[in-house]
Amino acid sequence: MEGLLDDFLVRALLAGLMVAAVAGPLGAFVVWRRMAYFGDTVSHSALLGVALGVLLGLNLNLMVTLVCVAIAILLVLLQRRQELAADTLLGILAHSALSLGIVAITFIEGLRVDLMAYLFGDILAVGTGDLLSIAIGGAVALLLLVLLWRPLLALTVHEELAQVEGVPVLLVRLGLMLLIALVIAAAMQVVGVLLITALMIIPAASARRFASTPEQMAILAAVIGMLAVGAGLWGSFQYDTPTGPTIVVAAMLGFILVHLLPGRLIPHFGGR
Amino acid sequence: MIRKSPPQPSATEIDATPLLAARDVSLERAGRVILDQVSVQVRPAEVTVVIGPNGAGKTSLLRVLLGLWKPGNGRVQRRRGLRIGYMPQRLQIEPVLPLSVRRFLTLRQRAPESVLRERLERVGVPHLLHKPVQSLSGGEMQRVLLARALLNRPNLLVLDEPAQGVDIVGQGEVFKLIDDIRHETGCGVLMVSHDLHLVMAGADAVICLNQHVCCTGRPEEVSRHPEYQRLFPETDMQGIGVYRHDHDHVHDVAGEVHEHHAGCAHGHHGHGGGNR
Repeated sequence: MEGLLDDFLVRALLAGLMVAAVAGPLGAFVVWRRMAYFGDTVSHSALLGVALGVLLGLNLNLMVTLVCVAIAILLVLLQRRQELAADTLLGILAHSALSLGIVAITFIEGLRVDLMAYLFGDILAVGTGDLLSIAIGGAVALLLLVLLWRPLLALTVHEELAQVEGVPVLLVRLGLMLLIALVIAAAMQVVGVLLITALMIIPAASARRFASTPEQMAILAAVIGMLAVGAGLWGSFQYDTPTGPTIVVAAMLGFILVHLLPGRLIPHFGGR
Repeated sequence: MIRKSPPQPSATEIDATPLLAARDVSLERAGRVILDQVSVQVRPAEVTVVIGPNGAGKTSLLRVLLGLWKPGNGRVQRRRGLRIGYMPQRLQIEPVLPLSVRRFLTLRQRAPESVLRERLERVGVPHLLHKPVQSLSGGEMQRVLLARALLNRPNLLVLDEPAQGVDIVGQGEVFKLIDDIRHETGCGVLMVSHDLHLVMAGADAVICLNQHVCCTGRPEEVSRHPEYQRLFPETDMQGIGVYRHDHDHVHDVAGEVHEHHAGCAHGHHGHGGGNR
């Protein structure tokens, strides 16, 4: 194992597979709840977390998670006031957070940051330590998702009905924010802040064609995302292209393929 | 007799404590008064209907009564042990979420398939159990929602515009079904509607709402009230009575749902029937 992890390609593959395994099921919720743009906004703010982490000398993953949670809560609070349309608000926050992050990072003296690595991911540079933090973050996120699954699903179908039936709506929503933040922190190194949402929603959208239950869709999204990571890594090695975008391109090709398949060729999983 | 406020329960009834009661509830949203000093009672084994024009605050009142919104003023009391079966106004589920009726029914609480089948049979749509929810028609969806509301054996059914999105024939069937169910189970019913004719006929108590309570009472009384006639000038009680029941049988006054009735799951009453 020790020797195996020495290979940067193996580390990259492991990191990518772990992230895809969580991003897929969470992506299903992002798709069901129409939160794609929300996820985008939160992930754009991850860069701000990087800058703060460097400034304060704290763990970057932790800082990114915290900033993402803060932005997510801020968003929810601002949306309540309903003075601006939701998409306007998201647009303002997404781009401000991204720009603020970039400006802050370039301001930090003596720091040589590869901005491209944060924007589009640098999976080939994943070290053993990164692997560990991705594993921990991913495991916590997965556990949280399993615990929240049923109430979250009830909430997604009809929020008021769920509330009348005793779902602690606020708590579950906060849990979802935390989940998204954890996944963004873990995925940042794999595909970068600009492409994280793609890793969540494209596999989930592809999985829809095969799934007849929410659980099937979530698991299939994980599998499809992992396939995209594998294919993307291979493609990027083969054609010497940046890995993060290549993974997203692979996911996109899969999506197109799935939707070009005639209905009779789509296997239908049993279960209700 | 027109009552400005709901009557006190008479001493002859066994347990007529209201299932739900709001006292002087006021609500403001974005600087606009939505509810103004509203007092209502929902009594066991009765059908209480809230009517009013669009924007009268009917759904807001329901939300306050359900505990979804906190009133700005006043208070809401629930009887102890109250189990609410809630049927929201029209439910639309994203096509991207693969969900069968069976999964939809068990989102909140698990139940054996036999129970689910019984409930669906009671509302007249047993064949829908394994269908995707998105494939249901408006009337079918309302029936499935009703089946779900019945799952936890409620002693109060709360229905928000139960016949929305249902064609005119189906509407009568939905109201008939609700009326049958409450007679079988003895549960109380609180219903919001703007559909006067169909709803008024089956009501025991009508609350006419327009931010404040305009008038309350039995349907015949409310329909003669000047405030009501001002709000709904075109209507009168003629043509009402589509399914007025004979109230010559005994209700469970306590509003408790009994085990053998629970969820009205026998499925051989011959009520309802499909609306396809």
